[in-house]
Parts: sequence; structure tokens; C-alpha cells
Amino acid sequence: MNISPGFFYVFAGTSILFSLLVILNRSAIASAFSLLVVFFSFAGIYALLDAHLVAALQVLIYAGAILVLFIFVIMLLNVEQASFDYKRGRILTGVFAAFGAFGMVFLLGRVFRSGSAPLQPGPFSPENIQAAGGNTRVLSELLFSEYVLPFELTSVLLLAAIIGSVVLAKRGVIEKKSKEAK
Amino acid sequence: MLVKRKTAFFSRFYLFEIILGLWITIRKFFSRKVTIQYPEQRRRYSERFRGQHYIKATNGVENCTACMLCPTVCPSECIHIEAGERPDKEKYPVKFEIDILRCCFCGMCEEACPKDAIKLSTIYEMSSARRPVYDKAFLLEQRGNK
Amino acid sequence: MSVEWVAVLAKTGFVITMLLSVAPVMNWVERRGAGFIQIRRGPNRVGPFGLLQTVADAVKFLFKEDRVPAHVSPFYYFIAPIVVLVPACMTFAVIPFAGPITIAGQVIPMQAADLNVGFLYIFAIASLGVYGLIMGGWASNNSFSILGSMRSSSQMISYEISLALSVVGLVMIHSTVELGQMVKLQSEALLSFGPIVIPRWGIFVQPIGFLVFLTAVFAETNRLPFDLPEGEPEIVGYHVEYGAMKFATFMMAEYMNMAVASGLAVTLFFGGYQLLPGMGTVLGALHLQGSTQDWIRVLFEIISFTVKIAFFMWFFVWVRWTLPRFRYDQLMDLGWRVMFPLSLANICVTAALVYKGWV
Repeated sequence: MNISPGFFYVFAGTSILFSLLVILNRSAIASAFSLLVVFFSFAGIYALLDAHLVAALQVLIYAGAILVLFIFVIMLLNVEQASFDYKRGRILTGVFAAFGAFGMVFLLGRVFRSGSAPLQPGPFSPENIQAAGGNTRVLSELLFSEYVLPFELTSVLLLAAIIGSVVLAKRGVIEKKSKEAK
Repeated sequence: MLVKRKTAFFSRFYLFEIILGLWITIRKFFSRKVTIQYPEQRRRYSERFRGQHYIKATNGVENCTACMLCPTVCPSECIHIEAGERPDKEKYPVKFEIDILRCCFCGMCEEACPKDAIKLSTIYEMSSARRPVYDKAFLLEQRGNK
Repeated sequence: MSVEWVAVLAKTGFVITMLLSVAPVMNWVERRGAGFIQIRRGPNRVGPFGLLQTVADAVKFLFKEDRVPAHVSPFYYFIAPIVVLVPACMTFAVIPFAGPITIAGQVIPMQAADLNVGFLYIFAIASLGVYGLIMGGWASNNSFSILGSMRSSSQMISYEISLALSVVGLVMIHSTVELGQMVKLQSEALLSFGPIVIPRWGIFVQPIGFLVFLTAVFAETNRLPFDLPEGEPEIVGYHVEYGAMKFATFMMAEYMNMAVASGLAVTLFFGGYQLLPGMGTVLGALHLQGSTQDWIRVLFEIISFTVKIAFFMWFFVWVRWTLPRFRYDQLMDLGWRVMFPLSLANICVTAALVYKGWV
């Protein structure tokens, strides 16, 4: 078990750099591709922490499925222009942004200052997981026993979101059809 | 356009049909191939195949008497003859040229010729890098498989 | 350097070499195979049996003018083929090509990376291949190629679901996702009629899952009958603006994906590296002991794994020249209305059987 710190800094640096690119890029699709790199470096960090399953799922779900949908939406809507004008100074927005940034820095400072005490490792250390049969097994057993209710609730929530979006998208069509029927 | 076809319930699974198709293709895989390995093997053409022209000669002298029937009958006007006279007062072609790019290989010249002089051989490899106009010397040499 | 590091380097080198050599060989097989199925001879002029034809082609691709259209966005245009190629190279890492061997007291598993997540890794990495298509289509800055890339990426996403679900049944039966473990479990006998023993291969315990898997794999690798993303001569695809070596890279990635898909199919459903019938008898008859026996066993296992993969690679070619291409709506119909419910039903039935303890 050796977390190579060099690799951690590489992945962390990449993720910060590309997170910045996500918000600073002019072209929406280029931001989406930068986001892909961010997901990838997150997966790399998870893999360094021996959480191979989480890393694989991160790539499979976020990079492989969700981001593709993002890109689809960007391509279908053809969002090439920025939706609002940066040049026109919006004082209120600026003030809010400054407050937000300040708050963020303050929060981070507090967290790091009080976090000097060494962290206590939980029951799921890499050695324990290895002994229990690998983290795929451990995670799935936890997911389907202790955390089965939140897990199922999440899937119900996602299902509701899917149905909701279908209803919203099809509303016009359905009304038209019912009118025709009358 | 979407066409609704009514297919039998069983064949709608396609799986069986796909296996049948695979069986057909693998049979073809092992069957005899129809390709002719061209430069080594050649297709045999009929004797009446109309390929490159040649001028028939008897005792080293061309049969042609420059009667101008072939340039007259030629639909694509690709034959050019300049007539001359030999010392024994016989007419002969001083120049006999065929612009092979214009020729449509209809074989009318062969039919029109009273002396059996211009003939079409079975040579079919006439591609060349320049625009070929066949002159008399060249035409006298060609024979094809005749 | 320890034995472990040498082994890792050797295995990685072996896998990468095999993968890189797959593309030219398969290109040749495909063209000769196409010829033979169409009662022709195929390329047979360059080298013995036309084997050097692909070399000639590669040289041609390399020396062709690398033309970049003026309207593309250069960066993404250049990296798109790489983005397609890299996942294709990475995925083979977890597929075991032989049983583990003990060298100097250390058990060396014969796969480039022995990951706990097994084939989830393959699915995760393989799902990234879509980005190459999207990038290629988008960077070409051409309406047709964008349409092509949308078409192909939606195809790949649709079939990825069936692909992942088709394997869940196997996971439930073997209760592991590690490929090495799965191959080991497949060596047990399922049924035996006297001397004929039917092993617990995936295809015998999960026939429906195998069908769905095979179909989805064809769609994922963009092979006929689902080659709408490419359809080089007829449909404008995502790589219209690509030429020379960049186009060849896309093609190479396709062949590598085929190799990975075949490897996965063999490992999951055909007992992986387990010896072909008869080879076990030969191995026993050789009467070897110790490390020689081990090495010969590994060699035999690599051979039988290669033979199995070769069959699947040939199957890809065979199907390509048998079935016509699907229409786009038929493709989506098959994916969502047939394969998806079928794989779900398969999971339910398998779950019931596993619960009852029948499988």
C-alpha cells in the first residue's frame, strides 16, 4: 500500500487546472471536454486511494454517460455564443461574486486551520477491505444491506426526474393530440 | 418509408435466419473462386472479337490499294489515308493512320474493305501513356492471334 | 529489479505488441475473407498470400499528404484519433491470457493488471471511446460529420446499456467481477455425460446473456451489421474530414476494439484461457514436472486463448460479409425494444435461479 504522492499531485494539479478551464473556456464544448479530464483525474485519485470500484464507476457513469449527455445537449442546442455579455459590467453580480469568493476562502481557511488533528481511519481501511474480499464485494454488500433504503430512494428520485422531464418535453405534443381527439 | 411486413412469428427472431446466412457464406468461402489471375491467365475471346486493327500483307506488300472505302464508311472518322502510286502504276497508301482514341471498334472498315486489307485483331490491351495514332508500319506488324 | 516488475513489464509489452499487430493482420484477414466469401481471391500479389499488402497500405498511409482542412478546429481535430486509440489500447490490460504462474515463489497472474473491479474497468474505459467520435465529428466543423458523430455516439450509448446488463447474470452466478476468478470458476463441470463433460462456460449457463452481449459488442465496435458510424462509402460518418494516417488510426482502433471484445467474449463466455479439448490430454502425456510443466502449461493456455480469440475475430469478419446493414431506426428498435428488455428479463430469471440455487 503506497500512495505515491507524486501521482496525487499530478492528478490534483490536473483536476484544478482543468476545472479552471471548464469555467474559463469560451466554447461550451471545449469546457465539456475539460470536464472530462477533471473526471478522469478524480478517478485517478480514487484509484490511488485503492478505491478501484469508485474510480471505475466514476469513469463509467460520469465520463462515459453523463458527460456524453451534456455534450449532446450542447451540440443539439448549438450553444456557441456565451449566453450573457461579460463586457457589460454588472455591479450587483460582481458584488455577489466577490462576497461568494471571500466566503469560500474564509471557509477553507477555517477548515484547514481546525483540521490539524490527525484523521482517525474508519473501519474500512484498505487492509480490512482486502481481507473482506475486495472493495467491489464490500461496497455492494453495504449498498444492498445497510444502505439499501437510501440507494433505492435515490433510484426512485432519478426515475421521478426522468418521468418529469419526459412529461415536460411531451406536454405540447400530448395537448395537441388530445385537442385533435376532441 | 416504413413498410410494415407481415412475417411469420418464428422467422421474426432472425437468429435462425442469421445462422442460415452464416452457413451460406462459409460454404462460399470454401467454394471455387471465379477470379481470373489476369496477367498470367487470360480470358479466351472469340475469333470474331473486334480489337486492335492490323493491315494484312501478302509477300511483304500490304493488301491495301488506298481505295478510300474504309475512311468513307468509318462512323467516327478515325482512318486517314494518303494515296500514292508505285512504279508499277499500282495505287498504295503512302500514309495509313488510325486515331485509335476515336475508333469505336464497330468493324465497318473490315466489312467495307474489298481487298481484305484492314482487319481487327483480338488484341485488347491498347492502353498507353500518350495519345496513340497508329501508322502504317505499326499496323503492318500487328496480328493478334491470327 | 524484482521479479514482479520484470513480469509487469513483460506482460505489458506482450499485450501491447499483440494489440498493435492485430490491426494489420486483421486487415489482411478481413480483405482475404471478404474475397473468399464473395468467391474472389482478395489481395494476393504483395508478398506471400498478399500478406505484405497491409504493410504496403501502412506505408501508403504514412507517406500520404497529411491534409488538414482549413475549417477544422486544429487541436481537437488532431487529438480525436488518439482519444479513440488510447482506450482501445488500455482495455486489454485486465483480460487474463493464461493461468497464474509461480516464479521464484511469487504468483504472477498472466494479465497486465489484476484489478479488483475486473471487467467494470473494461466497460469504464471502453465507454470513453465515444469521445473520440464526438470530438472528431465536432472538430471537423462540418454539419454532416457532426450528424454522423451524434448518430454513432447515440448508437454506442444505447448498446452500452445492454452490454453492461448482459453480463450482470454472469456476475450473479459467479459472484465476482474479477476476470481471472471468473475463468477459474468456469473450469468446473456443469454436466457430464460419461466421457463428454460440458464445462461451466458462460455460454452454457447464460445463453441469452451471450446473445445480447454478442449483439451489443457488434454495435459497440461499429462492425456490420451496425456500422452506421462508419459506413465509409455510403453514409457520411464522423470521419469524413480525416485522411492519411489519422484515418488509419480510427481504423486501427476499430480492430483493437474488436480484439478486446473478442477477448472479453472468450473470457466471460468461453472459458478464457482454459485448454481446448484434447490439449489437456497432450499436456498430461508429455510427463513434465516442475517449472517446465508450468511454462508449457502457460504456453498451451496462451495458444488456446489465441485460438479462441482468433475464432471470434473471424466471426466478426464472417458476420460482416453475411448481414446487410441495419437502418438507423431498426438499430434503435433492436437496442431499446429487444436487447434491453431481454437483458433485464435475463437478469430477473438468473436472479430467481441463483436464489433457488439451481445455477
